[in-house]
Amino acid sequence: MRLAEFREGDPVGKFSEALTALAGKVVIVATAEEARRRLESMLEGKRVVASRAPILGGLGEAYSREACAAADIGLTSADFALADTGSLVFLTESHESRLISLLPPIHIAVIERRKILASLDELLSRVPHPSVQSSAMVLITGPSRTADIEMRLVRGVHGPGEIVVMIVGT
Amino acid sequence: MKSAPPQKIQDTLADPQLQRAIYSATGRLAENRRKTVTADALPDYQELRQHAHDVKQHTLDHLDKYLEEFERNVIARGGKVIWASTGAEACAFISNLARERGVKLVVKSKSMTSEEVHLNEHLEKDGIEAVETDLGEYIIQLTGEKPYHIIAPALHKTREQVAEVLHAAPDATPESLTAIARATLREKFLAAGIGITGANFLVADSGAIVLVENEGNARLSSSAPPIHIAIAGIEKLIPRAQDLAVFLKLLARSATGQPLSVYTSFLAGTRRAAEPDGPEEFYVVLLDNGRTKILADVEKRQSLYCIRCGACLNHCPVYRKIGGYSYPWVYSGPIGKILTPQFLGRDQDSWLPFASSLCGACGEVCPVKIEIPKILLELRQEIVEKSGDRAERLAFRMFAWVMRHPRVYEQFRWVRKMGKLPSAGPLKAWLSQRDLPNLPAKSFRELWRERGRS
Repeated sequence: MRLAEFREGDPVGKFSEALTALAGKVVIVATAEEARRRLESMLEGKRVVASRAPILGGLGEAYSREACAAADIGLTSADFALADTGSLVFLTESHESRLISLLPPIHIAVIERRKILASLDELLSRVPHPSVQSSAMVLITGPSRTADIEMRLVRGVHGPGEIVVMIVGT
Repeated sequence: MKSAPPQKIQDTLADPQLQRAIYSATGRLAENRRKTVTADALPDYQELRQHAHDVKQHTLDHLDKYLEEFERNVIARGGKVIWASTGAEACAFISNLARERGVKLVVKSKSMTSEEVHLNEHLEKDGIEAVETDLGEYIIQLTGEKPYHIIAPALHKTREQVAEVLHAAPDATPESLTAIARATLREKFLAAGIGITGANFLVADSGAIVLVENEGNARLSSSAPPIHIAIAGIEKLIPRAQDLAVFLKLLARSATGQPLSVYTSFLAGTRRAAEPDGPEEFYVVLLDNGRTKILADVEKRQSLYCIRCGACLNHCPVYRKIGGYSYPWVYSGPIGKILTPQFLGRDQDSWLPFASSLCGACGEVCPVKIEIPKILLELRQEIVEKSGDRAERLAFRMFAWVMRHPRVYEQFRWVRKMGKLPSAGPLKAWLSQRDLPNLPAKSFRELWRERGRS
């Protein structure tokens, strides 16, 4: 019932609202060409390690542990996004690694609009057996954070302190 | 006789800075939780709690079946399951594996189970450096302390104290202190031969472990080193990956008031052929360490449903005063009060189940609906039946007899006439912590009789 109500809603708006509330950034572009132009300007002058997902068009260095440790930006393509929590979902596969979205201080993820799902419930009904596809399914909900010192929120502990999600499509 | 509570309680109560730290941290966590479980934020919150309770009940009632299914699936994904009936066995396996692989440095992400078995001490003794990587855990490892709170291990430390531990300037901000820890620990992650994590859930149908965290250190521990070892109690099982939605929605909300934690990792086995990274070896150490003993107790089996969110600590009027170090074991707060006597034996620290006002807050906020107050009462009964004070037992028997005989009861009118109870003898200790209301001039019985006459 709630899923049906959601379908008539606005997944991009909901996702953006949830991620922005966590201090993530959302960039919305209409086409793959526009995505590429925007990415090129965002990545200019930076050391970038990127997955080899076709949507990223070969930008940046290919995966290596050393590149991940040294890069300013990790560029990935998420398999899904969850609108109600502002989460990205990655199934580590041939082109996505675990460390690109983890070691560099900034993480930029590109996702097609149609891959935004309503919620965790929808994800687990679409992917009921994540381990068949991959050794690691990771949900990323906002920048890495801690409140271990006097309950003060600090971003960017071990993972990226900044996260930018580019949504492609209309 | 019940054992006496430790002096640590008095020390904590007498430390105003510590009192403030506990009160504000637990208060904030409780408030964050409240906002995310309101009818607007999560309309089916109560149904989710019941569902989570039912899934845990089902799983633990059929644990043998699910444990075997879990092991089959871990093996199918290239991993290995180690059955450890004691903490010593768990530690010995990890230590031996490190020795066999020539590993001198191990990175660890926060795991209460590893605290329970004293893994770090064990590894150190065998010449293996084990580095805690959760920021709070890292701080208290440097000071040689234990976690103060299930989810906020360094809750009792001020930023000045943290600065001292990290050799930073005394006026360093939490941001700069975090950056120092990040830089130091990053090198450890990249150099470590083994990463050790706990597991928030073990998923039987997938042979997977699930890790929930905010910092990224559990992801690093499970992905950067060539070997990943997860250590978890056998009660962490859930049947299917699909059951996760219910638990994930409840866990982060109850713990920190987030709809979902920053990182949720669903990890099954070793790196696959086409995957760029991930561990070459994957082990799950399944720990009993007394859990099957609790499993055998049908009434109190639900103690094992706990998903370690810490909500009962944040809402407990006792924990909020006496703090984490007044409890004798790694699990503190209300959940610690019911786990400790069941794991370590009723005789040790038998004061614990009695140190509760039975206000019921813990049971009310528990995301998996463990009836903590009821279990506290059952434990009290067991302890008193076994080793109760004879004088106390006699006093209560007399009290019960008097209450059943109205005419005798009325003979005790004079107690009320005394006004205040005398603060002496056995009453002195009891009254030192309590204010009794003023007694009314007339008793209910006297008023009743007067009404009847008029």
